[in-house]
Amino acid sequence: MNLNEEVEILKSVPLFSKVEPAKLKLIAFTGERMNYAEGQELFHQGDVGDAMYVILGGVADVLLEKQDGQIRVAEMKKNSFVGDIAILIDVPRTATIKAREPVTTLKISKVMFFQLLAEVPQMAIEIMRELAHRLEDTNQKLRETANRLEEANQKLSATTGGA
Amino acid sequence: MHRSLFSYIWRHSKSEQLVILGLVLLAQVFYFLSLTVPKSIVNNGISGNAFKEAAELRILQLEVPLPDFLGGHALRLFDGFNVDQLQYLVVMSFVFLVAVIINSQFKRIINTQKGRMGERMLRRLRYELYDRILRFPPAHFRKVKQAELATMIKDEVEPLGGFIGDAFVQPMFLGGQALTAIAFIMMQNVLLSVVVIVLLAVQIVIVPRLRKPVLVLGRQRQLTARLLAGRIAETADGQSEIHVHGTANYERADIAERLGHIFKIRFDLYNKKFVAKFWNNILSQATPFAIYLLGGYFAIEGHMSVGAVVGVLLAYKDLPSPIKELIDWDQQRQDVQIKYEQVIDQFQPEGMWPAELQALPEGPPPLLGHEFVLSGVTVSDDGRVKQLDGITLTVSTDTRMAVVGTANSGKDVLGQVLARITLPTGGSIKIDGQDFFQIPEAVLGARTAYVGQETYLFPLSVRDNLLFGLKHRPIAPATYDDAARALRETFWREAERAGNPALDPNADWIDYALAGATGPADLLPRMVETLKQVEFDDEIYSLGLRGAIDGNRRPDLAEKILAARKGLHGRLQDPAYAGLVEQFDPDKYNKNLSVAENLLFGTPVGRGLDGDSLAAEPYVQSVLKETGLDQDLLRMGLSIAETMVELFSDLSPDNPLFEQYSFISADELPNVRLLLQRLGGKGVETVPEADRLRLMTLPLRYIEARHRLGLIDAAMEERLLAARRAFAAHLPDSLRDAVEFYDFERYNNAATVQDNVLFGRLVYGQAQAESRVVALISQVLAELSLRDSVIEVGLEYNVGVAGKRLPATQRQKLGIARALIKRPQFMVVNEAVAVFDGRTQDRIRDNILAAAKAGRGVVWIANRPNQAESFDQVVVMQAGKIVVQGTPAELEAKGGLYCELIESA
Repeated sequence: MNLNEEVEILKSVPLFSKVEPAKLKLIAFTGERMNYAEGQELFHQGDVGDAMYVILGGVADVLLEKQDGQIRVAEMKKNSFVGDIAILIDVPRTATIKAREPVTTLKISKVMFFQLLAEVPQMAIEIMRELAHRLEDTNQKLRETANRLEEANQKLSATTGGA
Repeated sequence: MHRSLFSYIWRHSKSEQLVILGLVLLAQVFYFLSLTVPKSIVNNGISGNAFKEAAELRILQLEVPLPDFLGGHALRLFDGFNVDQLQYLVVMSFVFLVAVIINSQFKRIINTQKGRMGERMLRRLRYELYDRILRFPPAHFRKVKQAELATMIKDEVEPLGGFIGDAFVQPMFLGGQALTAIAFIMMQNVLLSVVVIVLLAVQIVIVPRLRKPVLVLGRQRQLTARLLAGRIAETADGQSEIHVHGTANYERADIAERLGHIFKIRFDLYNKKFVAKFWNNILSQATPFAIYLLGGYFAIEGHMSVGAVVGVLLAYKDLPSPIKELIDWDQQRQDVQIKYEQVIDQFQPEGMWPAELQALPEGPPPLLGHEFVLSGVTVSDDGRVKQLDGITLTVSTDTRMAVVGTANSGKDVLGQVLARITLPTGGSIKIDGQDFFQIPEAVLGARTAYVGQETYLFPLSVRDNLLFGLKHRPIAPATYDDAARALRETFWREAERAGNPALDPNADWIDYALAGATGPADLLPRMVETLKQVEFDDEIYSLGLRGAIDGNRRPDLAEKILAARKGLHGRLQDPAYAGLVEQFDPDKYNKNLSVAENLLFGTPVGRGLDGDSLAAEPYVQSVLKETGLDQDLLRMGLSIAETMVELFSDLSPDNPLFEQYSFISADELPNVRLLLQRLGGKGVETVPEADRLRLMTLPLRYIEARHRLGLIDAAMEERLLAARRAFAAHLPDSLRDAVEFYDFERYNNAATVQDNVLFGRLVYGQAQAESRVVALISQVLAELSLRDSVIEVGLEYNVGVAGKRLPATQRQKLGIARALIKRPQFMVVNEAVAVFDGRTQDRIRDNILAAAKAGRGVVWIANRPNQAESFDQVVVMQAGKIVVQGTPAELEAKGGLYCELIESA
């Protein structure tokens, strides 16, 4: 795949939809194409982050590391991006990303990422939109969990009350 | 050392001085001859005085007068012959010529002899000074600056060499010459000679007075120059402090101030010197003035012949220069005497180690005794603050003892005392009754080991540093062929004449037995074992992978690495490794190599075909032209230039992306943009000649798999392959050594060991490709038992000045390994593991303890108190005193300071 084909693919990524083609080419040129075989990790929870990844193909699992193993919390498909949190706020990787099937990514370095944010306000908005989605998603899950907890509590009190 | 330079010189060069003196005396005969002959030529040969009575004269008669008991008359050796005036003139002129020639031959021989003697003495002096540095007491190094020591040995004693040759001979020779000349003048006319002598005496008295200030200034110049050298070295040593604290200008002020002083001293010196010179000249010209006046008067009055006046003038012509030189000599004598004193003053500190302690051992070192007994050992710098205060302690040489205490407890000083690098100011240390301070250094060096918090490494290979502690004496002489041996022997004879030892650094100094090996052949496993004990083997192994070997010198190893290459390429066929490595294939374009690498298809050696200079190389240019590739490269270059301008024009020039990714630097980009505008997309034919090379160079660094500009399609690959073949086919001899071609069957001397095994390039964009392939390479090497050989290559890595090319932790590991490889009977580890992380500290401690088996002891000055738990004995120190000692269990039961220390850790 050469640079121009990559630029075509990047155009269809929502994050980059507002970025002008010349900048997309710069992203593609300075970005590193990385291929992952099934089971390989893009990064591991707790690692120091120096880049974000745009998934150009394949599916990857988002895993949280627990003491008794990993739990899968989401999956990332083509056109989604991962690893942005660690470089945005300088924290270690908050999750492990593992290829479920062969995955192709574009690795964008921290320097390039901030460069783009500064130059393309639309991209910052896209990032915000994505983060807001994720927040909403988390809130949704939190509500569901809270509801379930409440139900369980009610059941529990019902059963103890009935006893 | 003698305070007086003269007695030092006389003691070491008596016989040589006497030989030269003899030569000088002999030379005087011919010198006198060269003075008298001109008088005869003028008086008899030209004026014809002797021919007034007889037409012929008998000359060159040689007679030896015999003593009375042999008859009393003369024994005639040569009859001589009769000559007339003209013949006389001719013969005597030739006699004059011969006398002059012999005279100058003598001069030549005397000068060579003097030069050799001077150089020998200089060598002796330098060696003695250096020898003294090796025997300085440890505390003295806190007072002297290394750069000053170096300046003294290197520069300050240098003028002494020139003087030593002249020390005795010059005054004799010049004095002799002057006396001869005066004697001659005296024979001509007593009054004239009295005048000459008086004038000379005035010179001899006045000139040295004029020069006195010059000497004083000379001394100051020497001292300030020495201090300057020390100061410059300080700047270099403290450069990071200067940068960190931003004090560069303060340093500048200091140096400018010093240079100002030096300038003033030197300029004063200059002034005074020329004042002295001026008076010197005036005085020396006063004498001929007197000779002209008085001599002329005598000649006119008939008291003297014209020839005699000419002879006096001639004699006088030779007089001022010896006198002047004598005065110069005297000046130089005072000057070097001062220099000498100023140097040796710095080289006689109190408490120098006696030379016997450093005598060359004759055989293997004996074992130490069984028990150190320290009684009342006190260490104090100034007599008030006591770092150690009356330590009384028995330490058996096979002990396992830990010393704990707070930072200023004096525990580290105790460690230094046990290694004899800090000397007690009071108390005694005995080993089995023998004075610890009388044990030869070589014995201590072989039987004990010490590692402190910081390790100094010599700027040699890791291997040389590791084996450093094994070199106490030459174990086996170096092997030389006959010619080289003869040269070496002359070399050593000369060394002995100059009081230097005839030791051969090329001999094998490594004490294999001490390291537990029998010879060079089985040393490597011991080195590897030692590296493992300090967990340094993996790091040296990686250095080895990145190191190179010369396959011609190590054909066996090269062969094995080739076997590893084949092994690896077999393994890479496994689908699990598919697509990670693109092998070098002479018939295929390698997408993961740059265009230049694809063209060369080899590793450049030296500069000729390296990097961007490739396109400028005439042969490469001719190949490119022939294959038509020059136009292709130009096209690619243009395309790359366009892309770079498109991508990077908007970025600010200091954007880090430029440096990382752009083919064109930020400075150059505007020019390239202008060039492209001028071309206006008109194609490569219109590119001006001046810009062609630059554009052609751009694609050389282009790697298709990495940069993905799609410049190299299948057709272009074919064309590049054709150029690759053409390049190799007609490679001229001059470039044959500038490239090592990739050849699957041959070891590549210019590439690293790892690249030799890999014989290919990692494919871009494959996750974990590098770690997986490197792991596979290591696996293959291990299976072929090549791990140790790779470590051996890594051992050749040069550690740089003071080991600075290694990180601090590795320096420290090497320092501990250097101690361990000696298998010391008694080892002091003085907080040496503090730079490592906690777990590594404990593991290395355990390894050191495990290695110290069978009568070997360890004293461990603990940087963390809880390290003491693994030891049999624990000594707890506070404020330079021992508070308590016992087994860890006992101390724990007692509580007190030991438990406090453990808890606070």
